[in-house]
Amino acid sequence: MTKRVLLGAAAVLLVMAAAYAAFFVAPEERTMGVLQRIFYFHVSCAWAGLTAFSVGFLGNLLYVWKRKEKYDWLGVSCAEVGLVFTTIVLISGPIWAKPAWGIYWTWDARLTSTFILWLLYISYLLLRTLIEEPDRRALLSALFGIFAFIDVPIVFGAIRWWRTQHPAPVIMGGPNSGLAPGMRETFFFAVFAMHILMWFLIAERYSLEKMRGDVELLRQEADET
Amino acid sequence: MVSAAEPSIGLRFENVDKRYGAVYALRNLTLAIAPGECVALAGRNGSGKTTLLRIAACLMRPTRGTLSFSGVAENQNPRAGFVAHASMVYGELTAKENLLFFAKLLGVANRQQRVDNLLREVGLGERKDSLVRTFSRGMRQRVAIARALLADPSLLLFDEPATGLDSEATMWLTGHLAKLRDSGCTILLSLHGESEIARLATRAVRLDTGSAVADTRSGATFQSVFSMAGG
Amino acid sequence: MGLLSNTAALLGKEVRTEFRSRELLSTTMVFVLIVVVLFSFTFDPTTNESHRFGPGLLWLAFLFAASLMLQPCFLREQVNDTLSALRLAVSDPFAIFLAKLGANTLFLLMTEVLMLPVFAAFFNVSFRGQLPGILLTFFLGSLGISVAGTALAAISAQARMRELLLPLLLLPLLAPILVASTEVTVSLMAPEPFMQWKGIGFLTVFDVVFLTALWLFGEYLLEE
Repeated sequence: MTKRVLLGAAAVLLVMAAAYAAFFVAPEERTMGVLQRIFYFHVSCAWAGLTAFSVGFLGNLLYVWKRKEKYDWLGVSCAEVGLVFTTIVLISGPIWAKPAWGIYWTWDARLTSTFILWLLYISYLLLRTLIEEPDRRALLSALFGIFAFIDVPIVFGAIRWWRTQHPAPVIMGGPNSGLAPGMRETFFFAVFAMHILMWFLIAERYSLEKMRGDVELLRQEADET
Repeated sequence: MVSAAEPSIGLRFENVDKRYGAVYALRNLTLAIAPGECVALAGRNGSGKTTLLRIAACLMRPTRGTLSFSGVAENQNPRAGFVAHASMVYGELTAKENLLFFAKLLGVANRQQRVDNLLREVGLGERKDSLVRTFSRGMRQRVAIARALLADPSLLLFDEPATGLDSEATMWLTGHLAKLRDSGCTILLSLHGESEIARLATRAVRLDTGSAVADTRSGATFQSVFSMAGG
Repeated sequence: MGLLSNTAALLGKEVRTEFRSRELLSTTMVFVLIVVVLFSFTFDPTTNESHRFGPGLLWLAFLFAASLMLQPCFLREQVNDTLSALRLAVSDPFAIFLAKLGANTLFLLMTEVLMLPVFAAFFNVSFRGQLPGILLTFFLGSLGISVAGTALAAISAQARMRELLLPLLLLPLLAPILVASTEVTVSLMAPEPFMQWKGIGFLTVFDVVFLTALWLFGEYLLEE
């Protein structure tokens, strides 16, 4: 119990520290000014989301192989948390784009691919609500999760190629293209903070799912006696 | 039907569980079936008979525990002949087309001849070129049985085979099962209550809430195994 | 009795069944026609712009049609539990998938090829001389749609709301197919046509990756 509290506290503190660093420590960007600072959240959340989905992918593979409930709990926790971070990416993109380009959505390659990613994992969660029996639900959603994840690199690749054919405004430019010294530290600190937050959220969601499983087990045993 | 070269198949269920969420269809089932036995499975609806048969057919995997076979190579599918509630044949094809198709998949030798012989044996020689969806329940059952027998299996699994059959069809089925039993196949059939078909069996086992609770092998009488099975 | 002969037997049955009733093919073609006609109300197909929009809308129509056409794939095996009969009869469950995705690819391809002249007439595009390239794109695209679609049809057949679920699962997954196929087709139908091999590359990668995934995980999709 204390481990979770510590992790939660650490996550909150780190994110607050990263926010502080993003606004007050990192040097101001020459062309975009204050607006550019959203980049630290936008990109770090994108990375945390992808990490969550990757861990979820491993959970899916492990479930199909071992058929242990805990991998299903991991899979759904990672999918939901990944979706939260991905949603932040999709919201912060337009928040940046409107003042910078005058339009909310530019169909920029990374953002468009992220949108597809978001849709894939929404489908994953929707699939889960449509299967009642727990073992079937775990297996079929794990299999869909696997198909969805292996599609992700192809989606990103294909859309990036498409965008080179039809150039459009790019949201925030490349994340590592010319990051000034002060910025680089802040950026990686933000990435670290978001990953700790991600870890905390997955752990909490996982234990919630585990509790549901335990309640079910108790209910079964009660039914039998 | 079972040649001397093919050993008959035995099965062993060890501590088998099959769980659907909170519900246990099979619970700690331990049951050994010797090669050549003809076993009747009795039990109420929901006692686990269908689940047991589907696991024996390798269509389903146990949640826990193991099912092993004797008389088949390691990790090989025993390719049982399975007759279930559903007919498992295509309504939009004729009886003959269905059997030829499955015979092709199974790699049966001399397909045409085998199919014609089987159709005649099950009494569908006249109707072999009619679409299965025009068949009565009894006739579909006959096609299903023919399909199960195509590859000359040494293990046969029947899930309540007499349901929905009229007395003529039931008589035919009883005779046919007797023949199969006498040829040395291992047979498992699930039944509701005692009937002519039940009397074919060399052994009876009663299932209740997923476990084997009575067995004629351990001394129970046929009557007692069936009488508590309910309607 | 091996994988290839099982697949051939199953594929033969799928094709023969379909040609007997022709219900899938006819409904799919009419659906594509309807979608194309409705799309044409949303912009002027006679301008030069249609060279850019046309192929994309054509592929969208194919995608929508496929997400409907793929549903019966496993649903029809549930009617009399013939799926269990197939699983008992074949030596390798992958044969069931190979046969179904082969049949689906064939039906999609037939629909597309028959739609091509109609599309060319409606949108005033010419594809003369580019036919091999277009057919290659159609083939690789349809294969990708079928591989992913057949796998997901096996999943959605076991869930509720399956008619709505398959398009929901399938369409985001097929984004790369839509993007790549459209790009290649646009280039092939341009006033100065040329072949975009990179697009073909993406289609091939998609097909190979998903075929491999289906081969690895197919038997689990059929589990009870």
